[in-house]
Amino acid sequence: MRSVKADPRHLLSIADLGRDDINDVLSTAETFEAIGEREIKKVPTLRGRTVVNLFYEASTRTRVSFEIAAKRLSADVINVSSSASSIEKGESLRDTARTLRALGADAIVLRHPAAGAPAFLARLTDACVINAGDGAHEHPTQALLDLYTVQRHFGRVEGLRVGIVGDIVHSRVARSGALGFKRMGAEVVLIAPPTLLPLGVDVFGCRWSYDLDAEIDGLDVVYVLRMQRERHREPLLPSEREFWDGYALTRERLARVRPGGVVMHAGPMNRGVEIDWEAAESEIALIESQVSAGVAVRMALIYLLLGGQASGEVAS
Amino acid sequence: MILLRGGRVVDPASDVDRTLDVRVEGSEISEVGEGLSADGAEVVDCSGAVVAPGFVDLHVHFREPGGEDAETIESGSRAAALGGYVAVCPMPNTDPAQDSASVVEYVWRRGREVGLVDVLPVGAITARRAGLELAPMREMNRSAARVRLFSDDGDPVPTASLLRRALEYGKTFDAVIVEHAEDPSLRDGLMHEGAVSALLGLRGIPAEAEEICVLRDASLARMTGGRLHIAHISTAGGVEAVRRAKAEGVRVTCEVTPHHLALTDDSVRTFDPSFKVAPPLRTDEHVQALKAAVADGTIDAVATDHAPHAMHSKDREFEYAPCGMVGLETALGVVLAELVDAGICSLTRAVELMSNGPARILARGEYGGPIGAGHAANLVVFDPEATWTVDPSALASRSRNTPFAGRKLRGRVVHTMLRGGFTVREGEIAS
Repeated sequence: MRSVKADPRHLLSIADLGRDDINDVLSTAETFEAIGEREIKKVPTLRGRTVVNLFYEASTRTRVSFEIAAKRLSADVINVSSSASSIEKGESLRDTARTLRALGADAIVLRHPAAGAPAFLARLTDACVINAGDGAHEHPTQALLDLYTVQRHFGRVEGLRVGIVGDIVHSRVARSGALGFKRMGAEVVLIAPPTLLPLGVDVFGCRWSYDLDAEIDGLDVVYVLRMQRERHREPLLPSEREFWDGYALTRERLARVRPGGVVMHAGPMNRGVEIDWEAAESEIALIESQVSAGVAVRMALIYLLLGGQASGEVAS
Repeated sequence: MILLRGGRVVDPASDVDRTLDVRVEGSEISEVGEGLSADGAEVVDCSGAVVAPGFVDLHVHFREPGGEDAETIESGSRAAALGGYVAVCPMPNTDPAQDSASVVEYVWRRGREVGLVDVLPVGAITARRAGLELAPMREMNRSAARVRLFSDDGDPVPTASLLRRALEYGKTFDAVIVEHAEDPSLRDGLMHEGAVSALLGLRGIPAEAEEICVLRDASLARMTGGRLHIAHISTAGGVEAVRRAKAEGVRVTCEVTPHHLALTDDSVRTFDPSFKVAPPLRTDEHVQALKAAVADGTIDAVATDHAPHAMHSKDREFEYAPCGMVGLETALGVVLAELVDAGICSLTRAVELMSNGPARILARGEYGGPIGAGHAANLVVFDPEATWTVDPSALASRSRNTPFAGRKLRGRVVHTMLRGGFTVREGEIAS
C-alpha cells in the first residue's frame, strides 16, 4: 500500500492513509464486493495466514465483519475477547501481544476501550495491527466503509457536504470520519452542543456549528452519532430531552434533508435518543449498506496490509 | 584537605562567575581564591568545569516506604548525587504517607544512612493525604527531620477552608505550604486539553485548572499571611497569577520542572506513556510563558518532580499508565539546553534556580552557597560541554520512565561533594 505514514504495516489512524491509499482500498473493496455476491463467497488469497480479532470491548458488527472478511480471504481467524481469555486473569496487553507474536499472528485486529492502545500494540509486535476502534480516538475502518458507502451511492465523495451530528467529543467514528471525508474532498461540518464538541476542535480543519436546524437542509450526508452515555463522566447536557429537541434526527428534520440526501449511522443506534424510528427506517438511510460495505472494505484492507497489490485481479 | 583547582566558580549568592580555586577542609570551604597552593591538599583539576553550589531539589518521589519496586531512598539518592544534588525533598505520597513524625523521621534517617544526599522529607498537609483534616505539622517540624515543607502533592488541598487553616497554622513554625495546584473538578483528564487532545480523543485537563487553583491559593496566602509555594507550575495563567501575587507582596514562590520547559503536548501524539505527567505537558505557548517567567524572576526554582514508576505499571496503554517521569539525572542537561543555550537566562541564573533559589525556600543556609570560607562544602562540579545520550537502562534510578530517552544532552556532573566528602567522583558514585 502506498502509505504516507512511517510504518505501512499498520492502520492506526485514518490520517495514516493518503488519498491514493484510500482510493486503493475502495477500488479493491469493489472487487471483493463482487465475491460476496457469488455463491462461493471465498477466495484462497490468504490461505495459511492468521488473523486475530482481539476485542477488549463488546462488539457485534465490527467483530463479525472482520471475521467474515478474513474468512472470505481464507485466512485462519482466531477471536480473542477479554472476557474469555487470560486478559480476565490480568494479563497485560504487552504480554498478550507477546503471546500472539509467539503463536504467529500475521494481523491483529484490536478493539480497545483505551485511546492509543493500537499504537502501543504496534510497538510490541511484528504483526500488522488494525485499529478496530480505540476509546474515543479513532475507528479508521468505519471511516473507510463509510467512504465506500458514500462513493457507491453518490458516485463521488469530492464536494459532498457531510454533517456529523451529536456526541462528537466521545466519538471515534466522528474523528475518523471527519478526517477521512475531508481527505477525500468532502466539506465536513461538525454539529453538536458546545459541551459535546472538544475544546480544540479546529484541529480537524473543518467547520463546526451548534445549530443543526440551520445546517440540515444544506447537507448531502447527515451522519448521526450514537450518544455515548457510558463515556460521560460528568453531566454534559441538562437532559436527553433537550438533546432530542436540538440535535436528534427526528422525522421533522428528516423531511428537511435535501432531495438526494442520505442518513448514516455507525450503530448501534439509540432510537429515541439521537434518531427516531422513522428516520432510522427511512428510505434515505444507508445504515444497512454501511454494514454490508464493511465486509468488502475490511477484506480489501487486510488483503492490502498483508501484502496484496491493489488491482482487479484478486478475485480470480 | 581537597583543592578544587582552576574551575569556573559560578556562585549566584555572591554573584561570582570566574576562575578560582576552592579549598575544602573537613566539611567546610576554607579558602577561595586565585592560584592557591596545594599545601598538602589533594588537588582535583577542575579546569574547563563549572564549580557551583550543589543542587537542591524541592520535589522528588522516592517511593519509600511503600513503593520500593519503583524507587528506594538508596536508589533515589544515587540518582540525585549523580545529578549533582546535595539535598532533595521527597514528597509524602508514600504508603504510609509521610504524615507523622515517625514516618518523616524514618525517611530522613534512611537518607542519612545512605549518606549520598541530604533527604529532607516533605510532610503531608492532611492526615493520610486524605484532604479531610490537618496532619500533625508541628510535630513533624519539631522532629529530627525538621520538616519545613508541607504538601499533599499528587493532589491539591481540596477545599479552600482546609488550605486556609494549613496556611494559618503553619505560620507558627514558618511552614511552607506546597500546593499541587490543579482544580480538583477540572483535572479529570489524561493530558493537556487542546488541539492534540481533541485529535487523540483523550480527556483533557484545561490550563485553567491550574490557573484557578493558583488564584485560589494566592488569595488565601494573602489573607492569612501564610507562606505558599506552587509546585511544578506549567501554564501561562499560573505564572501570571504568581507574578501578580508577588507584586502585591503575597508570600508566594513557585518552581518549574525541566520537562515542562522542554516538552509539549505534541509528544503525546504517539500515545507513549513516558510523556504522561501531572500537570500535563502543555503547548508551546505555555512553555514560552514559563521561560519568560524564568527570565523575569517569577519562577524561583527548578524542581524535577522525579517520579519513578516500575515498568509494569508505566509501560502500558496511555490511559492506564500512572503520571510521572524520572528527572534527577537529566535535569542539568535539560536546564542548560532550554534556559542557557536557548538564551533565556545566564548560567548564573540557571545555577541559582537549581541551588540557591530552592535553598532559600527551604531556609537552610548550608545549601545554595555562597562558595566562601566558612560555608558548608556542598558543591557540584560539572562539565558544561560534555555531551551524552540518555539511555534509560543506564540510569541509577530503579525506574526508567524518562521522557528524554535517546536525547543528546550537553552538561554532565563530574563531582558532587556533600559536606566536604565526594558522593560522586568522576561521574561515578564515590565509595
